[in-house]
Amino acid sequence: MSDSTKLSAGPDIIRLEKAQKVYHMGTQEVKALAGMSISFQRGSFWAIMGPSGSGKSTAMNILGCLDRLTSGRYVLEDQEVSALDDDALSELRLKYLGFIFQSFNLIPQLTVQRNIELPLYYLGLDTLESAERSKELAHKVGLEGRLHHRPQELSGGQMQRVAIARALANNPQIILADEPTGNLDTATGKQILNLLLELNEQGTTIIMVTHETDIAAYARQRLLMRDGVIERIEGEGTGQ
Amino acid sequence: MRQRKFVRNIKLGMENLLLHKLRSFLTMLGVVFGVGSVVAMLSVGEGASKDALEQIQKLGSNNIIVTSMKPADEEVSSNTRSFMSVYGLTYEDHQRITETFHTLRQTAPAKLIRKEARLGEKFLELRVVGTTAAWFDLIQRPVIAGRVLLPSDEKDQLPVAVLTEFGARRLLAGENTIGQSLRIGGDYFEIIGIIKSETSEAANIQIPDQEIDVYIPLTIARTYYGDTTMRITSGSFQRERVELHQIILQVDGMEHVEPTALAIEEMFKRFHKKKDYRISVPLALLRQAEATKRTFNIVLGSIACISLLVGGIGIMNIMLASVTERTREIGIRRAIGAKRKQIIAQFLVETMVLSTIGGIVGVGLGVLIPILITHFSGMPTVITPGSILLPLCISVGIGIIFGLYPAVRAAKVDPIIALRHE
Ligand SMILES: Nc1ncnc2c1ncn2[C@@H]1O[C@H](COP(=O)(O)OP(=O)(O)OP(=O)(O)O)[C@@H](O)[C@H]1O
Ligand SMILES: [Mg+2]
Repeated sequence: MSDSTKLSAGPDIIRLEKAQKVYHMGTQEVKALAGMSISFQRGSFWAIMGPSGSGKSTAMNILGCLDRLTSGRYVLEDQEVSALDDDALSELRLKYLGFIFQSFNLIPQLTVQRNIELPLYYLGLDTLESAERSKELAHKVGLEGRLHHRPQELSGGQMQRVAIARALANNPQIILADEPTGNLDTATGKQILNLLLELNEQGTTIIMVTHETDIAAYARQRLLMRDGVIERIEGEGTGQ
Repeated sequence: MRQRKFVRNIKLGMENLLLHKLRSFLTMLGVVFGVGSVVAMLSVGEGASKDALEQIQKLGSNNIIVTSMKPADEEVSSNTRSFMSVYGLTYEDHQRITETFHTLRQTAPAKLIRKEARLGEKFLELRVVGTTAAWFDLIQRPVIAGRVLLPSDEKDQLPVAVLTEFGARRLLAGENTIGQSLRIGGDYFEIIGIIKSETSEAANIQIPDQEIDVYIPLTIARTYYGDTTMRITSGSFQRERVELHQIILQVDGMEHVEPTALAIEEMFKRFHKKKDYRISVPLALLRQAEATKRTFNIVLGSIACISLLVGGIGIMNIMLASVTERTREIGIRRAIGAKRKQIIAQFLVETMVLSTIGGIVGVGLGVLIPILITHFSGMPTVITPGSILLPLCISVGIGIIFGLYPAVRAAKVDPIIALRHE
């Protein structure tokens, strides 16, 4: 398989080297990631594709500092992530990363505003500051009228917008989106993608898992996975 | 700044609890009743023992009281028609005590005789206490009118009498009665004062003075009434010869009370063939009562603590269920960047808010119960700051102890699994 894959010029924000993630199922070993090496540049927009079980979500969990590699290296913004403890990983997630999930993952008991404010609370902003910031963000994703609704009173597309606003609250360098349009119809999905595109144009690095080719077409680079390794890379700077 | 954050965390915790009002309320009930019963039990216990302690303190903690007692075997032999029983303390005993013990500050010997008294038209059966001026130093009661006995009354053998408030009221005597003459038996006395009377309500403790007392100089009592009394009971004469019915001794320091009492006991054993005396030491009673109070409190306290424990387990149970129910929320918070300790803090704050509010409501209940008890049964209850603070602290402690495990469980939730959790 292709080893270290360097694409368009620009500093790397993320680097995986011989990344392995092994799950033990009884006596059986499952290599969800089987020695994958790749770099992502600052400001890039990636789509990760591949059949079910190819290790896409596993890769996202690793990149999102939610899980650790079994072996290999993960460097995020010049920090050796594999060497960090749980608190430091939390700190990285809080400072650098924003998550968007297929199933939105909003807290149902909290209002839209409170959901958006969640990262701000852990960042230590006071009530006034975070209220102001959450209004700004709601405006950005087009939800200014829904601040005091609860998630279950919103449509899927609106919920995903709330999730995006929440992911943006901490001004993340990187947004990780695992099938962000998986639960949305095509039209709504495209709206969400346009939002992500806009963010990417403003300089945020975006890594997105998707099954749909037309959604993947929004990304500037595509990474195809199979059985825990990179099968193919296409897009800008790859000549394909 | 830190404080603001703390207040905010508490507010967030409360908000969360308010999302499940009924559940939070039911969870709290255990602590409410636990704390309520601790406060109530402590105040009932405190009330009962305070009553006893007060009675004992009225006896004077520096005093030793020696009382004449009819020996048990005397009772049997006095079946004979006119038998004179001779027993009890003697003037010689009194003299011997005062000469022997240098630890004694004062002594008050007393003769106690029942006589009928008359003032104007009113009659009243009184207990005549022939004693010395020292009595009023040892048994200090407020003087309502006039004065108490003086050493000069004794020396000059003046027929003067001090009434109690109770006796005075019964005889319709007042301030204007001072100087009037009171007939006791067949003799006349000048009323020189009225003092406040004490009633001993705790049945097991006999205080030296009674409300039907009238005090006269000992020398007078001796010359007027002698040492022999005669009682007619069921057709037979009972003649008794008792020189002194009681001697109250004041010791010069608390630490000398018990050794002196022991030495006096030794002396009496030597000079009295029969056990016709009783030595009581209020200080020993006090110690005993305090010890009883301690055991009482410990027993009541442990029972109440068990109910608090049950309340705590209830909280833990609900919080564990809540952690399971909120697994996904925990995962989301962790993914966003919450540290383990922040998750712990979140859940701990919730349990502590529950248990503290439960504690406060419980104190309210626990204060109300003793008030109602006292109101309806007249049983004394005392609410001390300690009996409120202790259960309150325990309830906060219970929040920490029983909240810690669910909170740690919450922090251990794996965000990846939690996010997949449906
Ligand atoms: N916690 C786990 N324990 C054991 N095996 C796991 C675990 N998580 C993932 N796997 C295995 O690792 C492999 C990769 O899983 P992963 O979830 O990354 O796939 P995916 O590419 O996201 O699939 P999908 O498109 O269906 O979401 C699968 O074979 C899966 O069974
Ligand atoms: Mg997946």
